[in-house]
Amino acid sequence: MIYLQLFWEFLKIGLFAVGGGMATLPFLQRLADSTGWYSQALITDMIAISESTPGPIGINMATYVGCNVAGFFGGVVATMGEILPSIVIVVLVSKSLERFRGSKLVDAAFYGLRPAVTGLIAAAGLSVIKVSMFHFDLYEKTGALLDAIDFKKIIFFALAFVAIKKFKLHPIVYIACAAVIGLMLSF
Amino acid sequence: MLHDLLTLYTLFFRMGAVTFGGGYAMLPILRREIIENRQWMDEESIMDYYALSQGLPGIIAINVSVFIGYKRRGIPGAIAAALGMVSPCIIIISVIAFFLSNFQDNPYVQHALAGISVCVAALILDAVISMWKKGVKDGFGIVLCLAMLALSVFTEISPILLVIACALLGIGAKWKSIHAQKEENGK
Repeated sequence: MIYLQLFWEFLKIGLFAVGGGMATLPFLQRLADSTGWYSQALITDMIAISESTPGPIGINMATYVGCNVAGFFGGVVATMGEILPSIVIVVLVSKSLERFRGSKLVDAAFYGLRPAVTGLIAAAGLSVIKVSMFHFDLYEKTGALLDAIDFKKIIFFALAFVAIKKFKLHPIVYIACAAVIGLMLSF
Repeated sequence: MLHDLLTLYTLFFRMGAVTFGGGYAMLPILRREIIENRQWMDEESIMDYYALSQGLPGIIAINVSVFIGYKRRGIPGAIAAALGMVSPCIIIISVIAFFLSNFQDNPYVQHALAGISVCVAALILDAVISMWKKGVKDGFGIVLCLAMLALSVFTEISPILLVIACALLGIGAKWKSIHAQKEENGK
């Protein structure tokens, strides 16, 4: 019963991969070898497609693998398996947070966690900036520092940031405009 | 109740359909919908959910969705939010897997995505600035936030370890007041 097997394998991935979508990658590589359901070559396509479509990368990867192994319902079953542990664990954590509300110990932990998560998200933002506006691979090839910097995109970034601050529109509006501008300017 | 669950499902469906890049890229849209438009919770709660989601197993975007869904409408709310988040992925990825081969190599797709990723970087920067204002309130917070940023940019240390260390540092910094509460409870 391929659906049950898929569900079980992705349930294990959802339970053991800590740290978000990309943390599931090593598990998916191991799954390819241990089951023979798909090839390592499919994993490259999986990453490319998961990064270029909307939605969490981890979910996109699970759906893509499931689809390729057992069709549409394979994709559904793999995804459900992957999110089930999240639902159970987060509900349990939420329940215990309610019980410890007002606890100085929990407050103190969050006193450390809030600045930390700000730093982690800033780091995520920096890596998006690096990947989207700089070409360090080109710089390594040519040795010209100017080749590493994509001025067109940096100007667009600055304009986008000013527009976000000034107009306070829904983020979807900016994302849609950015896609159109990317197409028009051939980014 | 059913109406509330449907609202949660469609809200997270919309967010899943327009978020490129998963967990942290979802933050600007999440802040807009949950904090500003609906005022369901405050900036601090969202930061807490991100911090916890980073340290728990599973996909970060799903964990955050489940936290919010559970907070709104208990376990049914948690399930509605998670299903809303994954539904667009299942639809989009299945269509691509079955009908559009080489979707990710299409130059138009690549130009649009290049524009989107610059915009996402600007949106994340905007979110980080408001998180900094809300969550980083004293010298301890500034040091912790900058240290986390530097450690995650320049080292390979797992963010899970960083998150746990920061929770412990928070407890350490507030040890005196925790101790005071314990004595009070003891009396």
